[in-house]
Amino acid sequence: MANTLFINNKECEYTNEPNLLEVIRNNGFNVPTFCYRPDLTQYGACRMCVVEIEGRGLQSSCTMPPEPGLKIHTNTERTRRVRKIVLELLLANHDRECTTCNKSGNCELQKYAQEYGIEDIRFAGKKPQDFLPIDNLNPSIVRDPNKCILCGACVRACSEFQGHSVLGFANRGSKTVVQPFAGRTLGSVDCVFCGQCQAVCPTGALTIKSDIERVWGLINDKDKKVAVQMAPSVRVALGEEFGLNPGENVIGKLNAALRQLGFDLIFDTNFAADLTIMEEANEFIERLNKGENLPLFTSCCPAWVRYLETHHPELLNHLSTCKSPEGMLSPVIKELVPKYYEGYDKENLYVVSIMPCTAKKAEAIRSQLMKDGRFETDVVLTTQEIAKMIKSAGINLAKIKPEKNDSPFGQYTGAGTIFGASGGVAEAAVRTAYELVTKETLTNLDFKPLRGVDKTHRTKEAIVDIKGTKIKVRVVSTLKEAEKSLRELIEGKADYQLLEVMACPGGCINGGGQPRSCDDSKIKELRAEGLYKEDIELPLRKSHENPDIQKLYNEFLEKPNSHKAHELLHTTYSDMFKNSYKDFSNK
Amino acid sequence: METEVKKLNIDINEEEKKARELINKQGLRVLVCNGTGCIANGSNEVIEKFKELGADVGILEENKKMVTVPTGCHGFCEQGVLVIIPDFDITYVKVKPDDVEEIINSHIKDGKPVERLLYTDPKTNLHVYKNEEINFYAKQSRTSLKNCGEINAECIDEAIAKGAYRALSKVLEQNNPEAVIEEIEKSGLRGRGGGGFPTGRKWRFTAANRGGKSYVVCNGDEGDPGAFMDRSVMEGDPHKLLEGMAIAGFAIGADEAYIYVRAEYPLAIKRLRIAIKQAEERGFLGKNIMGSGFNFEIHIKEGAGAFVCGEETALMASIEGERGMPRPKPPFPANCGLFGRPTLINNVETLANVPVIIDKGAQWFSSFGTEKSKGTKTFALTGEVNNTGLIEVPMGTTLREIIFDIGGGIRNGKKFKAVQIGGPSGGCLTEEHLDIPMDYDNLIKAGAMVGSGGLVVMNEDTCIVEVARFFMHFTQNESCGKCVPCREGTKNMLKILEKIVRGDGEMKDLDTLEELALAVKEGSLCGLGKTAPNPVLSTLKYFRDEYIAHIKDKKCPAGVCSALKTYKINEELCKGCTKCARNCPVGAIEGTVKNPHKIVQAKCIKCGACIASCPFKAISLV
Repeated sequence: MANTLFINNKECEYTNEPNLLEVIRNNGFNVPTFCYRPDLTQYGACRMCVVEIEGRGLQSSCTMPPEPGLKIHTNTERTRRVRKIVLELLLANHDRECTTCNKSGNCELQKYAQEYGIEDIRFAGKKPQDFLPIDNLNPSIVRDPNKCILCGACVRACSEFQGHSVLGFANRGSKTVVQPFAGRTLGSVDCVFCGQCQAVCPTGALTIKSDIERVWGLINDKDKKVAVQMAPSVRVALGEEFGLNPGENVIGKLNAALRQLGFDLIFDTNFAADLTIMEEANEFIERLNKGENLPLFTSCCPAWVRYLETHHPELLNHLSTCKSPEGMLSPVIKELVPKYYEGYDKENLYVVSIMPCTAKKAEAIRSQLMKDGRFETDVVLTTQEIAKMIKSAGINLAKIKPEKNDSPFGQYTGAGTIFGASGGVAEAAVRTAYELVTKETLTNLDFKPLRGVDKTHRTKEAIVDIKGTKIKVRVVSTLKEAEKSLRELIEGKADYQLLEVMACPGGCINGGGQPRSCDDSKIKELRAEGLYKEDIELPLRKSHENPDIQKLYNEFLEKPNSHKAHELLHTTYSDMFKNSYKDFSNK
Repeated sequence: METEVKKLNIDINEEEKKARELINKQGLRVLVCNGTGCIANGSNEVIEKFKELGADVGILEENKKMVTVPTGCHGFCEQGVLVIIPDFDITYVKVKPDDVEEIINSHIKDGKPVERLLYTDPKTNLHVYKNEEINFYAKQSRTSLKNCGEINAECIDEAIAKGAYRALSKVLEQNNPEAVIEEIEKSGLRGRGGGGFPTGRKWRFTAANRGGKSYVVCNGDEGDPGAFMDRSVMEGDPHKLLEGMAIAGFAIGADEAYIYVRAEYPLAIKRLRIAIKQAEERGFLGKNIMGSGFNFEIHIKEGAGAFVCGEETALMASIEGERGMPRPKPPFPANCGLFGRPTLINNVETLANVPVIIDKGAQWFSSFGTEKSKGTKTFALTGEVNNTGLIEVPMGTTLREIIFDIGGGIRNGKKFKAVQIGGPSGGCLTEEHLDIPMDYDNLIKAGAMVGSGGLVVMNEDTCIVEVARFFMHFTQNESCGKCVPCREGTKNMLKILEKIVRGDGEMKDLDTLEELALAVKEGSLCGLGKTAPNPVLSTLKYFRDEYIAHIKDKKCPAGVCSALKTYKINEELCKGCTKCARNCPVGAIEGTVKNPHKIVQAKCIKCGACIASCPFKAISLV
């Protein structure tokens, strides 16, 4: 039922918006904010969203629940005065080297300073000699404390999404800082590299560690061949950087752009997602038959793997030994491409992956994912980084003509593509496991209870009846939710047999490396819709029906979980509980 | 709601009678103030001495023995250690351990008062014998502080003898929470912690969420510099607070409570712990209180001394183990407070007023005070007045009465200049405000606030800009760092004030300062930030000339700001001894032997070495 209130003298409707700020935005107005993020608890610290409410003075709209009949004014002399002072005060204390800042153009402080015409800073600020050192010891995230405006979004993201609190506040008053535990670097704490902290950061204080130059180096080296693969969720988000709608599938355009950039071979991680299902579904069936190491945990999400290794090494036996799809495809490319393509050999072939994920950068340098002294995946780029590369190459993705990718690792099924949304891996696994066990054709492929990526769908469950055996599948996103499921397991109360975990809220479509979407929680839903749409449109929707997968097994891997498959597609884990602090400190 | 009258298993009147008899039997009571202030002045040693020598006194008249009673604070700390002998109706001040023998021999044994230890009235220069005749006490009317200084806080019988738990007994017997809330509403009691929100209304809001788990929280995080009324209650009459909390808990339907006390109040914490234990043993707290079926458990949470934790949402975050940072309201604690449950949060003084309201009735309470501010209020009177200390006066008392009657006027016959009311969140008021009745609304109108009740009196030698700088330094240091206006705004306000005090101010700084102050006041998240600019705004309003003098004339009219002082050598007094020139660390003094010297102002660093070294007092500050 809709109620009404008045915004700037216009009668406006609202329904279940949690606060005035959302009501204002849904009615065609806007107020600036740094600290409000719809998926995080409201904080009310930046004071940019203040509005004047008749009879109640200035109030932060992000923390005020709507009430019928309220008379709100969003743009008055008083609100502008407070906002301008806040901007001026923040800028005074800010490293204003905008031109070389990673966030330039995407920075909310810069944007509002422009909009509000802040041209003169009257307050003396930090001098360059007072600047704190930049913390770049984390493989995924760079922290520049001199650009922090203390909005606390990262602190809340780490704690509310991952239950983790790698970042927290220290000191008080004007000496307050956000920093990792006890002033350590981000490289020497239990960070899982999910990147959600930088995804919600309004400024350049937390950014993705850029590997763009390394990729240009590979491409420009005449002696090197560079293959590239991209994750399912990249295709439904990348377009946003080029003015397309969230959820619009740009895979063909991306193929074309990558070829323009100079990549030699273009494959698709979706193919490897199908491969993962072959291995993981068979692994699951085997464990079910033996009654061992259940529930099975999915292992696609590197932040989740890292979390188990550092927090629950005693549960590592539950984790699927399958590498992530990206982790499977890289060694397959290096092993098999020389067999198919002339001029390629193991030494000159490099693999770049394009991921929605910052934790993939850390995963790529795991010692377990090394072969013959080289990392199987050479460089990981995030969606944000590839967008920058495409832009800098002068390519307009929105207009470029779509192209196909290269074989033999290009074909994929709908099961592979839905990996990008929370619940997708479990759904894809069930589609295959059902048919493998029952030898019957599954008619209804849509497991609706496992879908949904918004705040209310962080834990989902479905019961699948496989020839009389009832399997309970649980899907969680965010490690905070995962921890609850682990608690059940530790306390002997777990009644589920398969646990899919994605560390980012809603899964990879909302990964830390995706285009910025933290001020609109609908965007990840649109991206997920894009993936499910492709799933329906694809001719094949079950991984085991992928002809390229069948060919791979026939010609090379023999069968799922074979010796050869284990060598290339499976991995091991290590107890990092004791030495997790040392792990990345020297890298 | 059940309102059937309950039969209790403890008869409080009987308990009170027994306690009185017990105390009467003790003998001649010598009350020695044992509050934190007097302990610092040596009260523990005085008590030891009284006990040691008192043991030999033997039986006095009327078959009485002498008994030494350590009590809570009397409020007149500057005159400590205070010793009161109620049976003789006499108050001794500034008692040292060496004086004890004389008091015992001369007064207790021989009946001759020791005149040199009596209070001397600064106006009449006469000795004052009786407590109530000391001008400091004469105009006070003590309600929340009533028993402080009269009882041994570590002995529950002393409190019961003074009527403790009578109100709780009444409330439990009548068994009508609604009636309790109505009584508090009728009394007109308003929050004594600063905001002045009507207490009864707050209770009603919280009681509306009755049913599940609710909490009562007592805010004892007294942080304003110089304010110590809450500490006095906790140290001197802890049962009054516990009883007030239990009544509040009964009224709103809470069975658990927290007292948040700063860890810097170890004595208060110790005495509260003792009091809680004794009250539980006697059946006034804990399970099934007095057989009524009402349970009420009180915990103590020691705060780590962050000023901002006095803000209620920050305080609750701190109890929950989180960083003490305020969160925006709504939701209000009455709906979603401690651990997400409905919570009633009142400060110590507010809760200490509750038992007396229930006991004597709302009408009695509301006979004190003004139309919209009822009852009495404690103030911590400090600064340049003759009598400093803790006072309690009816709301509506004027500043003039407080400063010139209770405070005994300005020290050393100097001129009154201003008074800072309400601590760092308050404002500076001047001569023109001396006769306004002090209550919540009048003070807000004048640009100050009751706050927790700090009163710092300043004389003509005080630099107002420096006062504003001092308070801004305090609030800036104590800002939690969460919201931008308070964190960054107060920092830059402080920078501007420092610039002015340093003599580098420009006229446009005043506009910036005012603009910032308004933005901080309007834009901050919590009460601390919203009130932080008050000292600056009020001094800019009433003492703008003094700011301008600092900026335009580079002069500090009060002669306080050292950067604006100039050292000058009086040529007539200077004998040319060269001592000053030799002592000047920067060679800023020129002159030849036996000829008057001169200070080169451009070189002078204003260290004062020359003044100290001149044997002829020829150098002065202008």
